[in-house]
Amino acid sequence: MGKIIEINGPIVRLELPETVIGEQVRVGELNLVGEVIGREGDTALAQLYENTEGLRPGERAEGLGYPLSVELGPGLLNSIFDGVQRPLNAVWKKSGDRIARGVQVHSLPRDTAWHFVPDPGIRAGMTVSGGLVLGSVQETASIVHRILVPPTLAGELTELAGEGDYTLDEVIGHIKGRDGAVHKLNLFHRWPVRVPRPYARRDHAVAPLLTGQRILDTFYPLLKGGKGAIPGPFGAGKTMLQQQIARWCNAEIVIYVGCGERGNELTDVLEFMPELIDPHTGRPLMERTLLVANTSNMPVVAREASVYVGITLAEYFRDQGYDVVMVADSTSRWAEALREVAGRLGQMPVEEGYPAYLGSRLAAFYERAGRVETLGGLHGSVSLIGAVSPPGGDFSEPVTSHTKEIIQTFWALSKELADARHYPAIDWLESFSGYVPAAAKWWAQHVDPRWEEYRARALELLAESEELQRIVNLVGVEALSSEQRWTLEAAGLIKEGLLQQAATDETDSYASPEKQFALLAAMLRIHDEGMKLVKMGASARVLIQLPIMGQARRWKSQFTSEQLEEMKARIAEIPGVFERVAQEYEHAAPQT
Amino acid sequence: MKNIEFRTASSAQGGLIVMSGVPGVAAGSQVQIKDHAGRLRNGLVIKVSDQAVLVEVFEGTDELDLERTWVRFLDEPFTLPLSRDIMGRIFNGAGHPRDGRPPIISADRRNVNGEPMNPAARAYPREFIQTGISAIDGMNSLTRGQKLPIFSGGGLPHNRVAAQIVRQAKLLGDEANAESSSFVVVFAAFGVSSADARYFQESFEESGVLNRVVMFLNLADEPVIERLLTPRAALTAAEYLAYDLDYHVLVVMTDMTAYAEALREVAVLRGDVPARKGYPGYLYSDLAEIYERAGRIKKRPGSITMIPVLSMPSDDITHPIPDLTGYITEGQIVLGRELFNQGVYPPVTVLPSLSRLMKDGIGKHYTREDHPHVASQLFASYAKALEVRGLAAIIGAEELSEGDRRYLEFANAFERRFIGQGEDEDRSVFETLNLAWDLLSMLPPDSLIRVSEAELEKYHRWQAVAETT
Ligand SMILES: Nc1ncnc2c1ncn2[C@@H]1O[C@H](COP(=O)(O)OP(=O)(O)OP(=O)(O)O)[C@@H](O)[C@H]1O
Ligand SMILES: [Mg+2]
Repeated sequence: MGKIIEINGPIVRLELPETVIGEQVRVGELNLVGEVIGREGDTALAQLYENTEGLRPGERAEGLGYPLSVELGPGLLNSIFDGVQRPLNAVWKKSGDRIARGVQVHSLPRDTAWHFVPDPGIRAGMTVSGGLVLGSVQETASIVHRILVPPTLAGELTELAGEGDYTLDEVIGHIKGRDGAVHKLNLFHRWPVRVPRPYARRDHAVAPLLTGQRILDTFYPLLKGGKGAIPGPFGAGKTMLQQQIARWCNAEIVIYVGCGERGNELTDVLEFMPELIDPHTGRPLMERTLLVANTSNMPVVAREASVYVGITLAEYFRDQGYDVVMVADSTSRWAEALREVAGRLGQMPVEEGYPAYLGSRLAAFYERAGRVETLGGLHGSVSLIGAVSPPGGDFSEPVTSHTKEIIQTFWALSKELADARHYPAIDWLESFSGYVPAAAKWWAQHVDPRWEEYRARALELLAESEELQRIVNLVGVEALSSEQRWTLEAAGLIKEGLLQQAATDETDSYASPEKQFALLAAMLRIHDEGMKLVKMGASARVLIQLPIMGQARRWKSQFTSEQLEEMKARIAEIPGVFERVAQEYEHAAPQT
Repeated sequence: MKNIEFRTASSAQGGLIVMSGVPGVAAGSQVQIKDHAGRLRNGLVIKVSDQAVLVEVFEGTDELDLERTWVRFLDEPFTLPLSRDIMGRIFNGAGHPRDGRPPIISADRRNVNGEPMNPAARAYPREFIQTGISAIDGMNSLTRGQKLPIFSGGGLPHNRVAAQIVRQAKLLGDEANAESSSFVVVFAAFGVSSADARYFQESFEESGVLNRVVMFLNLADEPVIERLLTPRAALTAAEYLAYDLDYHVLVVMTDMTAYAEALREVAVLRGDVPARKGYPGYLYSDLAEIYERAGRIKKRPGSITMIPVLSMPSDDITHPIPDLTGYITEGQIVLGRELFNQGVYPPVTVLPSLSRLMKDGIGKHYTREDHPHVASQLFASYAKALEVRGLAAIIGAEELSEGDRRYLEFANAFERRFIGQGEDEDRSVFETLNLAWDLLSMLPPDSLIRVSEAELEKYHRWQAVAETT
């Protein structure tokens, strides 16, 4: 047993000789928990996950002998945890509307019995190793929770319980390790959050993570197992976009980490997720969702921990063979927590007060994403999508610029677009995706072989229109040729009829890949048909007035993904419309 | 401990004193310092070890004679005594009366720092508050439990706008009237002039709410460090009113810039590592501790709606104070100099303004079914109109196409008639929406793709307008 020597904000100096860095400590009369981050002789420096107000030098301190770990087992889904995996509903019951300090609750419920079904291929006497699936529990109607041999264990499975109901505290088997020691098995195990969970090998990511958002899926795709970032100034739509992804993406498990952001945003997720139906399973979305919440008013050290808690939970479901998506809102708040602790430790700041290791920490964090073959021979993935909140919206600041070098997909949000309420406010020129060739294969196989070509053409049009717009802004639209005017108009059509997709529009909030492609093709078709006429001498000004230009902008919100055929019927009218104009034009032409 | 006076200050400098040989002092404890003349100063323990205690002195350390300075550790954090009697009272930043009336006596004393609300206990704000101001109700609406700041600049009428909101804010429907008695105001002013504070006081008086207002004032010439306590004391009172007494509390705080500057001043004294523009890295978390105290709690009838006012240094929205505020609050109402100079009141610059909770508090069940689309269309059309205006400035309005000229007219009408309104004009949200359709009717229906065809059919009167022009 040691004691407190000094208290400086969330950092305490302890007289505690035998602790190691990373070890959990319990401190003071209030039983505050924290972790050791430095040692000097007989003293340890610890950061506490809770507010240190009222703590006094001389109060007791003890090392707990283990690092910050999470409990992994049935009961995770459908929950909301704080930054150190305390279940917030249980905390609420125990301490009321406000989070009291020193509350101790199990991360996973101990009184629930889960129906365990052993895997038919597993029997006592077998040699097993870490990551192997021993059996399963139907945790929610849509998710089977696979019970794994903890990654660090291997040996002879001397005993495994039969099918039946077990609580987490009950022993469901034993493994005799190679060293002869016997280890108990439960439905859950613990894992230290700062250590990536092991896997057999990395796999190539092959399939796109479909989100139902056109500008993401069609223009800047992410793969299952990919890393993406959403930088943007305040109010540009980072949270909305992450919520849209959490709602509609075709992953099997979604981990939503609210790191240093608003309480109401989590309440929002908690309220809408149970009501929404997963388009892929037909079950309430909440059944596949898990929240980690350390809101901006909660202690800053736990904020730093929260992203690690989230990614460890993600890896655990990956190890069960699932495609997992983790969204972290916002990684900047995590970096700031890092900065705050570094500052208190007197570490040398390098850029904007951030410590020198910011870049490497970020890289190591994103490195935990990926598609893998698990130790148990399954295939699973963790896709990681981090929001970045650059001060003043300046993308050259340290967190954004480091992140940009690490990730493959960059969804850059723009204040100008957000101000004009063009949502999602993703800047089509500044964003990028390194996954286009891989995604193209999938689209070619599953939707249409022309996807890659069409995507490129649409982007070209957008880039060209940007140039033209510059001219217009200088000298007015009259300076453009008819062809250029039509290009500008077609780009406008792509922006409004395709790229814009309001999360609040019930019909269009989710767009299937087929709907996405049909609209892309339709907008290009309008451009092409019109351009033919313009080249024949028709005036762009007349074409712009065609009713179809307004109608086409509405298709996305008139037809759901299920009403694809109706939409295609409307799209099929495009050539006819231009044909009629051509006829009129030809008719009129001789007189001019 | 509470009653022992220590005279062991070993240094005093820049607002901080170091005490040695005082065992067992609690972190964050309140401190009382008596100087050689017997005058009391207040302080706070900011760092403590078994060797030394670092105390921050609110009134500063000037003229402290270490030999004749006595320090008492009160052994408790800053607390505020609470009872129903706070209503109609005026306190200083530390919660002591400044209206000449007796102090509040109550066994119920609460730590002004509060405790973080459990996100699982929050209820999502959904009730539309009608402010009677079209730019807010129509396009950036406020909901009960929201934190929606006003971003302003020196000389802009933010006080008048805030006062107008306080006067006019109500819920829609009958229940609103029945509930109006459960509505109270907590007003906190820090770093503002006494004229500004008086303006609010008079405006509360005029609208007859003065006996339902609790005020916390720390004026520009008063101790800077006390400024750090002022919003916390005010919010502690607000929480008591909302969650113990079930009131709907509207908290108006001004000026958050003065608050943040005070925080920077103290951070520099403490030697904290600066992040941007000298502000400490924890400015975000510190502001969040304040702003996140707005909200609603499940199964509790009361609520805290917060309207912080801040002046943007050099009208720069990317300055750390508005920037970090915008990252925490649920939107912002931005006042602009351009509109103000053109005589538009309230000069709400709508494009950078935003209400994030609007989407869940308007529409069929809350205001009117066309509201979400109308708002979106106004934004889109006005954004386009501003582009046209920019173009007209280059090539001349005469050179614009007929279609573009309509947009130009729309922009002008929108600013004068929709955004602009009287300081006493209290428009219902339906008046606001009808006005919006009047303006949208200046534009051809084909260009209005954010509203549905059915809505166009029902509300748009393009033909009529076209005929008369
Ligand atoms: N895809 C979208 N569809 C419709 N509305 C959107 C969309 N994206 C953003 N918005 C609007 O913009 C507002 C702000 O979005 P959001 O809260 O996601 O911003 P943010 O980038 O997360 O900001 P902050 O950094 O402050 O958290 C939303 O409340 C909503 O009104
Ligand atoms: Mg956000």
